[in-house]
Amino acid sequence: MTSPIEDVAASQAHADEQAEETRKPTRFAGLQRWWNGLARPQQWLVLGLVAVLLYALPLLNPPLLTTPGYDFPIVLCDMARFALVALGLNVVVGQAGLLDLGYIGFFAVGSYVAALWTSTDSTMVKIPYLATLPLAMIVTGFVGVVLGLPTLRLRGDYLAIVTLGFGEIIRLLATIIPALKGNTGFQNIGSPPGAWNGKPVFTITNGTPWFWLFLTVIIVVTLLLGNLERSRVGRAWIAIREDEDAAEVMGVPTFKFKLWAFTIGAAIGGLSGALFAGQIGFVNNQKFDVATSMLFIAAVVMGGAGNKFGAMIGGAIVAYLPYRFGFIADKKYLIFGVVLVMLMIFRPQGLFGARNHLLAYGRSIKRQAARLRRDARGDAALKEGA
Amino acid sequence: MASHDNDIPGDEAPEQHERTYSTGHLSLDKSGEDASGTPADGIPTDSPEAPPDLDSEAAQIVHQDRDIAVAVGDNLVEIRDLTVQFGGLTALDAVTFDIRRGEILGLIGPNGAGKTTCFNAMTGVYKPTSGTVTLEGKPLRGMKKHAITRAGFARTFQNIRLFGEMTALENVVVGLDARHQTSVLGALVRSPRHIREEKTSIEHGMALLEFVGIADKAGELARNLPYGYQRRLEIARALATEPKLLCLDEPAAGFNPAEKEELMALIRTIRDDGYTVLLIEHDMKLVMGVCDRIVVLEFGKKIADDVPKAIRENPAVIAAYLGVEEEDADGAA
Amino acid sequence: MLHALVAESWLTFHWSDFLSNFWNATFDGLTFGAIYALVALGYTLVYGVLNLINFAHSEVFIAGAYAVIFTLSGLGFGPSPPTLSPIAIIGDLLVALLAGALTSAIVALLVERIAYKPLRARNAPRLVFLITAIGMSFVIQYAFFLWRGAVAEPSVTMYQDKAIFIVFGSTIYLSQLIIVGAAVLMMVGIDQLIRRTRIGRGIRAVAQDPDTATLMGVNRERIIMTTFVIGGALAGAAALFYVMKVPQGVIYNGGFILGIKAFTAAVLGGIGNIRGALLGGLLLGMIGNYGAYLLGDAQWIDVVSFIVLVLVLMVRPDGILGSNLGKVRA
Ligand SMILES: Nc1ncnc2c1ncn2[C@@H]1O[C@H](COP(=O)(O)OP(=O)(O)OP(=O)(O)O)[C@@H](O)[C@H]1O
Ligand SMILES: [Mg+2]
Repeated sequence: MTSPIEDVAASQAHADEQAEETRKPTRFAGLQRWWNGLARPQQWLVLGLVAVLLYALPLLNPPLLTTPGYDFPIVLCDMARFALVALGLNVVVGQAGLLDLGYIGFFAVGSYVAALWTSTDSTMVKIPYLATLPLAMIVTGFVGVVLGLPTLRLRGDYLAIVTLGFGEIIRLLATIIPALKGNTGFQNIGSPPGAWNGKPVFTITNGTPWFWLFLTVIIVVTLLLGNLERSRVGRAWIAIREDEDAAEVMGVPTFKFKLWAFTIGAAIGGLSGALFAGQIGFVNNQKFDVATSMLFIAAVVMGGAGNKFGAMIGGAIVAYLPYRFGFIADKKYLIFGVVLVMLMIFRPQGLFGARNHLLAYGRSIKRQAARLRRDARGDAALKEGA
Repeated sequence: MASHDNDIPGDEAPEQHERTYSTGHLSLDKSGEDASGTPADGIPTDSPEAPPDLDSEAAQIVHQDRDIAVAVGDNLVEIRDLTVQFGGLTALDAVTFDIRRGEILGLIGPNGAGKTTCFNAMTGVYKPTSGTVTLEGKPLRGMKKHAITRAGFARTFQNIRLFGEMTALENVVVGLDARHQTSVLGALVRSPRHIREEKTSIEHGMALLEFVGIADKAGELARNLPYGYQRRLEIARALATEPKLLCLDEPAAGFNPAEKEELMALIRTIRDDGYTVLLIEHDMKLVMGVCDRIVVLEFGKKIADDVPKAIRENPAVIAAYLGVEEEDADGAA
Repeated sequence: MLHALVAESWLTFHWSDFLSNFWNATFDGLTFGAIYALVALGYTLVYGVLNLINFAHSEVFIAGAYAVIFTLSGLGFGPSPPTLSPIAIIGDLLVALLAGALTSAIVALLVERIAYKPLRARNAPRLVFLITAIGMSFVIQYAFFLWRGAVAEPSVTMYQDKAIFIVFGSTIYLSQLIIVGAAVLMMVGIDQLIRRTRIGRGIRAVAQDPDTATLMGVNRERIIMTTFVIGGALAGAAALFYVMKVPQGVIYNGGFILGIKAFTAAVLGGIGNIRGALLGGLLLGMIGNYGAYLLGDAQWIDVVSFIVLVLVLMVRPDGILGSNLGKVRA
């Protein structure tokens, strides 16, 4: 006879599988089952290998993947940028279920922070480029709080329209506020220090070091977000997404956690903006089209609700396709708009329907099962003795 | 089991929480032990995990607790002139009653009488038009819903509202989180407190699921659970918030008589563990059997408030239910 | 240093400009406000009935604007004022109005049927509705982009605008009278339609309580379609006035910002509230213009409108008149 808790170990392992089944299994289902079956160290090993492969990508320049007509490392930077953005937006849209349509606005704020404090065209105090990364996160996080405070108490629709407006307004402000230099913009934006053979490592023409920087940032952010996901914070977000009123009644301070999600998302958007500014070395008001926000949303939605790896892959794909297949470049908004609508109508769970793991020690259930079983046996023995 | 059995959860002592849930005595329900997952018939088996005889066990547990709190029977919750209006409709009309510590109080009345509205007004879902709800002498007016939950009210929903994309265990842990202290920063850097809380929450969550008898499906998504499991999961999730008062809104709706009987036994055990329970249920027979006292609502007004025996003979109550067959009332839920 | 930055190159206030142009800004603002109000009605009606922001409404509007400008240039209108008799001009304008209203109504209906109905049928979560709505918005926008390119349609002049009279030293033009007058008339008509007719009763019933309304024999799907059609037609009518006021403004993304402003107007007056939409529109039109004159650039209109939106949501999310469609009494 098995104890209930022992069955749990099996049913926990089998939960994702089940989720798959109810969500029309995809070709990714097998991959996922395999992944969930691996032990933790094995997973780390696989992740390590994937990371090494990713770091090697700009050097390998694999023939099928490469982008004729475009510098591959630079394309990789763009993909990484979209992946990072999708990662941040996924917290807001995918996990907390808040529709943030102005993500490009936060991205723009981050870029301008880097520009204003490092560019030779700016009259502001200069600080080292790397210092603008945390600064950009702080400033955009603050903007997120300012936008979130009035709107997050209201129904989700209001947040959507306010953020949509915000995305456009930031671009407008960049145009009409003299200090932001409109179309002229800022050149000579700073970059991280370091030289190789007497030449600086980080230049606007060489994408490889920038890609490595992006990748490192993505890995760090992923790990940190993973910590949040498997904590009361991540659980609160998913609970809010699933049923906000019920979450509140179960003791979740929903407003607080929504604000956190929105702010964290904004900060990551700002971070990617600052990285972007450094990588291309030039910021003006033409780079932050609101329509790009729609691409970001499409990336997250393709990835599937709340699945951070899916979101990153979605982001990379959205960035990559127009480079690889040049003929779709000018139609990309239309194409991804159609993709977005079709996904929502026919497959709202995204392409990779994975679910979030929300317990830091979910895997310890197996061990627990054994222990509880021992306890139970002990109790029974005691009882018999009595 | 004996060594654990004396650990009774006290309403007032959160630190006892840990011991409470990790003890074996909560394993009242048999369905959890049943590998097939179907609710068992309630006859104890000889297997090691089989629960002890209910009555003696419960009596044993209750005894001590009653000495501390229940025997006193002081008022845990006082509801005074609670009124809720929707536009022109008065769904709850100056309702006044007390909930005593350690009792199971039934809240009954025909469909649309205002029972759920009463829950909603108590738990902050609706803002009362007038009147007060006090918990241990502290008024709850103006408090946020989540604060009311932490103050000690927990509830289930008449129409099940679980977090569908979460597993059963995760649903319960959301409830446990109500008592957790980890900040966003703490979670980000995996602070020792975070690690401690995460570890204990798995244990507590599993114990709770076992208690309500659904631990065998702890890892399944809530929306894939069978109906009976979902109802029980709602109870487990509410219990996880460590309530002083557990409000159950038709927890047995849609159950067959055997399942209902089983659920009522569970509710009794919950009370015996030291919780106070407010129960909405249409099935008069069940309510009479399980409740210590009963409040009857009709058209938003309280028409009776007494022990079951007196309620049964109360002419106003009989009139209210006249023509309303039990089956009808039940089916409409 | 910060002070210097703020004073010199971030913001400059043009008080004298603002004061000398106050009445001018007011009347012109009312004209824009009337257009916002007509578009806002579409948001408000759909919001009342479906509890959904129809993000694609801005594209419903711009589709109408395209229809208006194509019709007018088809009828021989060009950049310079036509040499037709006033009666003929009025006839042509009515044709254009009809074309705009019809096109917008059809687009609105298509959006409803293609994007929202399947979601309703499977009871999708709100987030899915919103994402679909914004997706539809971009699909239509970029369909126009691919068709017409990134340039505005050549402008048409419908008639020789002329000064009618002078109030507070500020000239009132014929176009302003036409736009505000026609818009107010239409809004009153819709208000009466909602209050007095059978259709209106159905709309109100669904807005108030969809389930009960269905039980009482109201055909919810029909009501929803009707609502989209009415909202679309009004947006198409607004498109004519928009082309009248901003002849060079028919471009693929021209509806986008106007949509946000119209929504702001709806929220400002009280979303779901028809009279609120009119009030909100007129107010927002004036406030935006004041901001533009005060800060010295027409582009500030959008920024100021956005700030109004955030402030309203912060202070009074139910808007000035509060209430909603369901509560309108006959
Ligand atoms: N949010 C609301 N808005 C308007 N009326 C409401 C609302 N909630 C409840 N009511 C009305 O208040 C009255 C009481 O409803 P309530 O749900 O409290 O009844 P109940 O006693 O729980 O009935 P049931 O046994 O059917 O669950 C009903 O007439 C109902 O229609
Ligand atoms: Mg009820």
